[in-house]
Amino acid sequence: MSITYIDAIREAQLTLLREDPRVFLYGQDIATFGGAFKATKGLAEMYPNRVFDCPISEDAMIGLAVGAAIEGMRPIVEMQFADFSSIAFNQIVNQAATHFYRTAVPVPITVRLPSGGTAGSGPFHSQSMEGIYAQYPGLIVLTPASVSDAYHMLIDAVGLNDPVIYCEHKFLYRWLKAKTIHNDHLPIGQARIVRTGKHATVVAYSAMVHEAVRAADRLHHDGWEIEVVDLRSVKPLDIDTVLASVARTGRLLAVGEAFPWGGVTAEVVARVAGEGFHLLDAPPQRLNARDTPVPYHPQLWAAHRPTPESICEALRKLLAF
Amino acid sequence: MSRLEALAQPAEAATNREFLRSVFASMLRARILENKLSSLYKAGKIVGGVYLGRGQEAVSATLGTALIQGRDFFAPLIRDQAGRTAFGEPLIDCTRTYLGSVEGPMRGRDGNIHRGRPGQGAPAMISHLGAQVSVVAGMLFARRLKGDLDGRVGATCIGDGATSTGSFHEGLNLAAVERLPLVVVVGNNQFAYSTPNDRQFACADLVERARGYGIGGFSVDGTDLLACASVLTEAVRRARAGMGPQMVVARLLRLSGHGEHDDASYVPGDVRDGHYGRDCVEVAMRQLVENHFATIEEIRGWQEKFAAEVQRAVAQAQQEPAPDPYREKWTALATRFPLANPTPSQPVFP
Repeated sequence: MSITYIDAIREAQLTLLREDPRVFLYGQDIATFGGAFKATKGLAEMYPNRVFDCPISEDAMIGLAVGAAIEGMRPIVEMQFADFSSIAFNQIVNQAATHFYRTAVPVPITVRLPSGGTAGSGPFHSQSMEGIYAQYPGLIVLTPASVSDAYHMLIDAVGLNDPVIYCEHKFLYRWLKAKTIHNDHLPIGQARIVRTGKHATVVAYSAMVHEAVRAADRLHHDGWEIEVVDLRSVKPLDIDTVLASVARTGRLLAVGEAFPWGGVTAEVVARVAGEGFHLLDAPPQRLNARDTPVPYHPQLWAAHRPTPESICEALRKLLAF
Repeated sequence: MSRLEALAQPAEAATNREFLRSVFASMLRARILENKLSSLYKAGKIVGGVYLGRGQEAVSATLGTALIQGRDFFAPLIRDQAGRTAFGEPLIDCTRTYLGSVEGPMRGRDGNIHRGRPGQGAPAMISHLGAQVSVVAGMLFARRLKGDLDGRVGATCIGDGATSTGSFHEGLNLAAVERLPLVVVVGNNQFAYSTPNDRQFACADLVERARGYGIGGFSVDGTDLLACASVLTEAVRRARAGMGPQMVVARLLRLSGHGEHDDASYVPGDVRDGHYGRDCVEVAMRQLVENHFATIEEIRGWQEKFAAEVQRAVAQAQQEPAPDPYREKWTALATRFPLANPTPSQPVFP
C-alpha cells in the first residue's frame, strides 16, 4: 500500500472540503472528469456543489476566486498546466497580490500550478513559473518535493490569509510514492535538510531535490558528502537554514528547473553572497534549465533541465575550486 | 424591502419623484465635488492624476441608486463618482484618497479612483480594464455557495475601450455560464482615451454582444436621466429576479479629458456639439423642474449645501497627515513568518 504525490494532493483537497466549509474547487475539467491529472477524482461526486468545471478563462477563474475570497471563501483554483497561468497573470499579480496591501482585506486564494517538465510535453506544458510569481510582493510560493509536503503544504496553503501559488511537479505525480503521509511536517517558511553532508551544499526545491539527492549518491561513491537542502517554500525563503548549511560545507550550488535568467537560484546565491560571504570557500554557483523554451523531444528535454549528471559535473567543479 | 428599493421599481422609476430626486442629488454632489477636484489638480494640490465622470453622472448615479447599499455589490470604474456617492460612499473617502491623507481607505498605498471598501461590497478597482467583472462575479458566486445570495445584485461599470479586453470577455462569459445576478454597465463615451469607436470595435452597437453571451441587453441614451432611470432599474430588477447577467450600453460623451491632464482635443467639434455632447446634469435639472419633481429654488439650495459639504471634506483631508514612510509596515503579506527572514530590501551585513 503506497500513496503517490498526486494522491496526497487529492487527499488534501478532500480533507479541506470535509473540514472547511469555506473551501471550493474551481478549474477546467475538474468536476466529473476529475481533472486532467485526476487530482480531483471523485471529489465532485462527494461534494457536488463545491467542485466546479469552468470555462477556459484563466483570467476570470482567478478574478472569481478573488471575489469569492473577499466574501469569506477559500477557493482552490486548478490551472490545468502552470504554463496557462500566464493568461491569469494580471489577476494573480495585480489583483490578488496587491489586494491586502492596498485595501487591508486579505484574499486567501490557493492557485494550484501543475509545473515542470515531463518527457514529450514541449514548450507549453512544461514551464516552472515559481520565480516569476515569487518576484511579486504579496504572494506566497510553495514548491513541495515530498508526498507528505504535498499534502500538508496544500492544507497549510488554504489556511494562510494570503494568495498562495502552489507549484506541484507533474513529474512527481505518479513517480513519487510514500508508504504513508507523515505527521512530522514543518511550518511554511522552513527549509528541510534532506541529506546531510560536509563538503558542499546543494539548495534545490520541487523535483530537483530528487535529482540533487541522486547526484549526491553518485558522489558519495567518490568519498564526497553532499548536503541537500529542500527549500519547500521559495517565498518565504528560509535563508537561515541555507546559511547554516553553507557554514558547515563552505560551498553552494543552487539548482532549479526554471529558466536561467534571475529566479529562485539567483536569489539564493545573492542572499548567501550578501549575508554569508565569509562562509564561502568557493564562488557560489547555480544550475538551471537552458535559456531556450522547453523542447519537445525527450532527448532534447533531458539535456535542457538539470540532471544528476549535470549536477554531479557542477559539484565536481565546485569541489575542485 | 428598503425605501429606495421600493422606489426603484422600473415601471415607475422614471416618474417617481423621490427616486429621481435621489439620483439627481448624487449627480449634483458628484459634479460639485469633481469641479473642486479639477481646481485642486490645477493648483497642484492633488497626489497623482484626476479622472472625472463629467457627462456620465446620469448613468452612474442611477445605477448607484438602484443598488442597495449593505446588500448589493458595486465595483465602480474611473468615471463613477456619482455612482459611488449614490451607493453611499462618504465624500471624505474621495478627498482623503485624492489628497493623500493616511486616514483614507487606501492609507496612501493607492490613490484617486482606485479606492474602495472591498469588505463592504465596494471592491477597489485595478487599472487593468475588465478585471473587475469576474471579481464581482466571484463575490456573487461566494454568496450563492453560502446560501446567502438572497436577491443580491452585483454591478460594475466599464467603458467602450474595456469591452475589447480579454478580461471583459472572460468575466462576462463566466458570469453568464454561472448565471449570476450581475449587471454590467458599459458607458460608451465614444473615445477610449483618444481612440474613437471605429478603431475599438466593428459591430454596429456594443449591445449586440449581449446576445452572443446569452445575457440580457439594453441600450439607453446616457444623457437622459428619465431614460436611464427606467432602463437601469429594469436591468437591475431582472438580475435580481434570477434572469442572469444584464448588460446596459449607455450612449454618451465624456465632457472632459481622459484625465485632467488631457484637453480632449481629439473629440471633433460636431461630436461635442451633437446630441450626446449635452450636459446630463442640465438635462436632468430641466426634467425635474418640468415634471414638478423639484423647483429651481430647491436645486439652488442643494447646490449650496453640497458645495459646503465638499468644502468641509476637502478641508478635513488637507489637515490630515500624509503616510509616514518610517511608520509604514513594508510588507504586502497578511501572514507573518517567524522562521523566515523577509526579503531584505536594504543591504544586510553579517
